[in-house]
Amino acid sequence: MTGMESLVYEFAGTRCVAAFAPVLVGVVGSGNLEVLVEPAAAAISRYSVETSARGFGAIWEAVLRDFHERHHFNGLSVSINDMGATPAVVSLRLDQAAAGLKEATP
Amino acid sequence: MSTSFAECSARERVARLLDRESFEEWLPPSARVMSPHLAQLGVPSAFDDGVVIGRGRLAGRAVFIAAQEGEFMGGGVGEVHGAKLVGLMQRALRDRPAAVLLLAESGGVRLHEANAGLIAVSEVMRALLDVRAAGIPVVVLIGGANGCFGGMGIVARCADRVVMSDNGRLAMSGPEVIEASHGVEEFDSRDRALVWRTTGGKHRFLSGDCDVLVDDDVQAFRDAAIDAIGHANALTLDGLEREHALLAARLRDAPEGADAVALWRQLGIRDAERVPDLDAAEVRALVAN
Repeated sequence: MTGMESLVYEFAGTRCVAAFAPVLVGVVGSGNLEVLVEPAAAAISRYSVETSARGFGAIWEAVLRDFHERHHFNGLSVSINDMGATPAVVSLRLDQAAAGLKEATP
Repeated sequence: MSTSFAECSARERVARLLDRESFEEWLPPSARVMSPHLAQLGVPSAFDDGVVIGRGRLAGRAVFIAAQEGEFMGGGVGEVHGAKLVGLMQRALRDRPAAVLLLAESGGVRLHEANAGLIAVSEVMRALLDVRAAGIPVVVLIGGANGCFGGMGIVARCADRVVMSDNGRLAMSGPEVIEASHGVEEFDSRDRALVWRTTGGKHRFLSGDCDVLVDDDVQAFRDAAIDAIGHANALTLDGLEREHALLAARLRDAPEGADAVALWRQLGIRDAERVPDLDAAEVRALVAN
C-alpha cells in the first residue's frame, strides 16, 4: 500500500500580508484539492502539501514557487490536501485563495 | 439569476442559504479536527472532515446548520464527521435555535471507518430525535448530485420535514448496491431515468417521503427552509403508527413488478407517465388538485 506524500517548501518574499482570517478554497475530491491559507508570524511563507499522488515533488515546487513569485507575500501558511489535481488546477486554487489578500500598509 | 444548489459546494450552500454574512462556523478548517483513520489508510483527509457546522440567521431567526460535502468521499459519514453533527444537535438542545437545518449529501457510512462510522450515524439519529423531542424542528434539504443514501437516508426520514429538488435523490440502498445484490434485471443502476424515477425528488414528493419539492435553486431551498421554521412535527406514538400503516399499505398495494410510473398512477396521479418531463411547480400542482 502506498501512503500519502508530505512535502514542505519555504520561500522568502518581499511583501508583508495584511491581517486576514483563514481562507479555505476547493474540496478534497478526485482531481481537486483544498487550500487553506492562514496568517503566520514569519518572514517567509510556508507551503505544506499532503498528496495522494506520490513522486511529483519537483512539479509541486515549481507550481508553488510560481505562485509565490506572482505575489511575493511573507507571513502565509498555506496547507494543501490534494487528491491528484493537475498543476493548472493547483495554480487556479492558489490564486483563488490569494484573491482577497492585501499587502500590509506600513 | 438563479444559482444551482446542486453545483454549489457545501460551504457555498451554507453562505447562500443563510442571511448574508451571518454564518459562524464551529470547528472550522483551521481547527484541523480531522479523521484519525484516513491518513493511516493512505487516503487524503479534509480539514473539516467533509462537513460544515455552525450557526447563523435565516430571515432574522437564529438557526443551526450543517452541510455535508458530497465531493469529499461521497459525503460519507466518518467518526469525526458524525461527531460534528451530533455536537451540533446537542448544542441545539441547550441554545434552542428556531430550527436545525441539515443540508444532506451522503452515500451513508464512510466505509473506510467501518464501525466508527456506523456508530456515528446511529448517534446522529438519536441526537436528531432528541432535538425533535425538544420541539425544535429539524429540516433536511437534499439537492446534491450524490443524493442522500444509506444511514443518512434514514437520518433524513427521522426529521420533521424533508425538502428536495427533482435532481436530489433519497433512498436506503443506492442503485449500484441494489444491482450488485439483486442483479441487473432487478435494477439497472446505469439507467439514469429509472434511477431518478425510483429515488428522485419527484417520486419522493408524490409518495409522501418528501414534504416540499423545489427547483434546483438555492433561493428556493432558502424559501422552503424559512417556511419550515415554527413547524415542528411532534413525534407521537399515533404519528408513528399512522406511518407504519401507510408503509404497510404501500407494500401491500404495490403493483406487481411495478415501475414508479405505475405506482404514481395507483396514487391517483393524473398523466403519471408525463411526470418525468414536468418541472417542480407542475408536479406540486398534480398533488394540490
